Amino acid sequence: MTNLLTSLDPVDWAWAGILYWLGLGFAALFLQRSRSLLTNLVFPLGALGALFIAGVGVAGLLAPVSTSVLPIGLPDLPFHLRLDALSAFFLLLLGGAAFGVTVYAIGYFRHMEAGPLAVLTLWYHLFLAGMAGVMLADDAYAFMVCWEVMALSSYFLVTTDHDIPDIRSAGFLYLLIAHVGAVSLLLCFGVLQGGHGNYTFGYMRGAALTPFWASAAYLLALFGFGAKAGLVPMHVWLPEAHPAAPSPVSALMSGVMLKTAIYGLLRVTFDLLNIQLAWWGALALALGLVTALYGVIFAAVQSDMKRLLAWSSIENIGIILAAFGLTLIFYTDGKGALAALTLTALLYHSINHAFFKGLLFVSTGTVLHATGTRLMGQMGGLIRIMPWTAWLTLIGVLAIAGIPPLNGFVSEWLLLQAFLLTPGLTQPYLNMVIPVAAAAVAMAAALAAYVMVKFFGVIFLGQPRDPALLHAHEASWPQRLGMVWLAAGCVLLGLFPTQVITWIAPVVRLITNQRLVNDGNWLLLAPVSAERASYAPLIFLVVVLVVLLLTFIWVRRTYHGRLRRSDPWDCGYPEQDARMQDSAQGFGQPIRHIFVSFMRVERETPDPFDRQPQYHGATLDKLWFVLYEPIARLTNWLSAQAGRLQHGHIQWYLTYSFMTLIFLLVFVTR
Amino acid sequence: MPLAYHLQFINLLAALLLLIAFAMLSQRRIVGLVTLFAWQGAALSLATAIVAWSTGQHHLYYSAGLTLVLKVMVMPWFFYRLVKRLDVNREVEPMINIPTTMLIGIALVIFAFNLAMPISQMAGTVMRSTLGIAMACVLLSFLMMITRSKAITQVIGFMAMENGLFFAATSATYGMPLVVEMGVALDVMIALFVLGIMSFQIRESFDSMDLKHMESLKER
Repeated sequence: MTNLLTSLDPVDWAWAGILYWLGLGFAALFLQRSRSLLTNLVFPLGALGALFIAGVGVAGLLAPVSTSVLPIGLPDLPFHLRLDALSAFFLLLLGGAAFGVTVYAIGYFRHMEAGPLAVLTLWYHLFLAGMAGVMLADDAYAFMVCWEVMALSSYFLVTTDHDIPDIRSAGFLYLLIAHVGAVSLLLCFGVLQGGHGNYTFGYMRGAALTPFWASAAYLLALFGFGAKAGLVPMHVWLPEAHPAAPSPVSALMSGVMLKTAIYGLLRVTFDLLNIQLAWWGALALALGLVTALYGVIFAAVQSDMKRLLAWSSIENIGIILAAFGLTLIFYTDGKGALAALTLTALLYHSINHAFFKGLLFVSTGTVLHATGTRLMGQMGGLIRIMPWTAWLTLIGVLAIAGIPPLNGFVSEWLLLQAFLLTPGLTQPYLNMVIPVAAAAVAMAAALAAYVMVKFFGVIFLGQPRDPALLHAHEASWPQRLGMVWLAAGCVLLGLFPTQVITWIAPVVRLITNQRLVNDGNWLLLAPVSAERASYAPLIFLVVVLVVLLLTFIWVRRTYHGRLRRSDPWDCGYPEQDARMQDSAQGFGQPIRHIFVSFMRVERETPDPFDRQPQYHGATLDKLWFVLYEPIARLTNWLSAQAGRLQHGHIQWYLTYSFMTLIFLLVFVTR
Repeated sequence: MPLAYHLQFINLLAALLLLIAFAMLSQRRIVGLVTLFAWQGAALSLATAIVAWSTGQHHLYYSAGLTLVLKVMVMPWFFYRLVKRLDVNREVEPMINIPTTMLIGIALVIFAFNLAMPISQMAGTVMRSTLGIAMACVLLSFLMMITRSKAITQVIGFMAMENGLFFAATSATYGMPLVVEMGVALDVMIALFVLGIMSFQIRESFDSMDLKHMESLKER
């Protein structure tokens, strides 16, 4: 028995974990009667599975590459699995984030009816298994099967409340874009196999493609994975699907599922393709920057909290994609060390985003359950009613805003360091353009901070805008535990960057054959050289804490030290009430004003003499009207034209067949 | 009897087949159509039997027998009954008038012969020259299906097309394997029953056998 256990490779453990999740999911179908068993047994077991998968990820980072061939699949077409450092890193990301979210889900789904909950539990675990399968797959067939399992199960999760028409249409949009992307991926694999009909990744690595076909494969991959990741202009499903889905599902979709697209892009570009071209990187960089700015601008003007986070996810994916483009540029330019730095930033930001966005999405779930609304305009002052949620959210908010010493800062700092090192490139144009790109990244980061001030300030600070909020309730214990796990992830990933980078190093070595040189020591992170730039989060934290303590003592002791209580945000006006506070819409107004050309603003302002004034405002994505509606109209028109062929006369249909027959006969005898 | 006579006889029967196909195109009455269909089946069966005799391909005897039973006896009997029960032995009004149909038919025959020429040179059978006639029969039957508007005439057209296909198979490669032919025969029987039942249903629903009324089923 021990022999068997020690002879198992990490990849075997990984698919054992997947089978375990599948088993849990299907077992849930037999527990349709008992809600408490579902929430108190199946979800905790699922969370343990996530922890196990994270452990397998760690083992995979340390162990050499292991492969396995599963006897399932079509005849003569078994599933090939492979666990290398890249897969292992993303498995670690999946397991780490999914553990926190699943623990949270124990508390979140407590109030659902048992029947729908059992179905949801099935989809939830299928979703987890599908994502893990995508990261392990070593042939195009297994990859697409897992990819579709992931897409379909998440579709059913998004449409959990399918009796609401808006949610159904959001789900449809998601499914549509997911499948357009999947078709593109299918074509991409078709190009990658080079016309030999062998779809294993091992074969694709050896296939020598010409630059033209390699570029075609890359563009198809960028489109296909971009559709899943939310690359502009395929981003439209995110702001619709995330608010529709239950919060733990949004957290997983945003935190982990978007990363599977990043994983796939890395896998195809650096692993499966035999050549890489510099313009691919420039394209990805440009698209990434556009996505980042577009996402953050729209995040700033949202007043629905989950929609805001969805747009913020688009922004983060944009930053990750920009890092991907820069990695490609450095890599094709022969700057291995810089490519290693950028890739480290990319992977670091991916795992950071999984934790802080997961945390923020689940905390919106708590707020949603407590207040019954997603509209920030009806919240405020929740920090006094739900302190646990508020303080844990604060950690996530600071992390996503890129405030040291939390994790968001580290990855964005690394990325900016990489941008500042571009003058070494041999391409003169890129040399000149990329500093501008760096400015765009910095602006996206700054706007992200603005967005998060709005998010936290409007929901948790100030005074309650609705008296019903006073009856809101705090998160349950499993919910708190899940949030604490995710917040702890944000803190630890921020405080120990040198250690995290050693975890990432095998992945970087796999892709770039380089390792990131840390010029500092275990305390000090210095990616290029200690003279150039270095960062020591622990020292930073100590300084922050000491300054805080000294200030506190100074204020209490030497200043007058009197305590005076007043309403928050009343600005000294005695007549101020909750409705006069800065609202979510008001907070976004400057941004809306500046970037109005990207948006379609619809507003109904009340008459000044109206006794019961009603204000309605919506800021819509112009791309929807410029790009998607014409496509929809064109499709409708084309189908109407095709519909003209349908007369309903059987004679006409026979004539069609007859004409086709005659045509084909003429054609073949030529 | 020497082979040359056999060939002459097969060619005669093939010409008869084509003549019947034209006659079916111009036949207005349904009962007449059914009779012509039976005669076409008889000619086909006889031609197949002669091919079997002259080439020693024994499985073609079975094909000939099958054709005789199904297409000369069972199906015409079934059609007669159907016509009687449905009382549809009225003038069939073709979509295109009959002289025009005949002209189109002549064009199709020329086309079919042109088409068959290169193929028949490749075929190694004694009766390869009749391939053009077989294809012409297929196309003419198709044309009949297009120009007529009663459900029964369409079914007859469909069966006549199957006759043409059968003849093409015989003349190009001495017929399909027996198993395939049995399968086809079964398919034809089932199609016949389905279409027969459907004819009743169509009359029930529309009070007429005219397929023009089915236009109202079209999705708006």
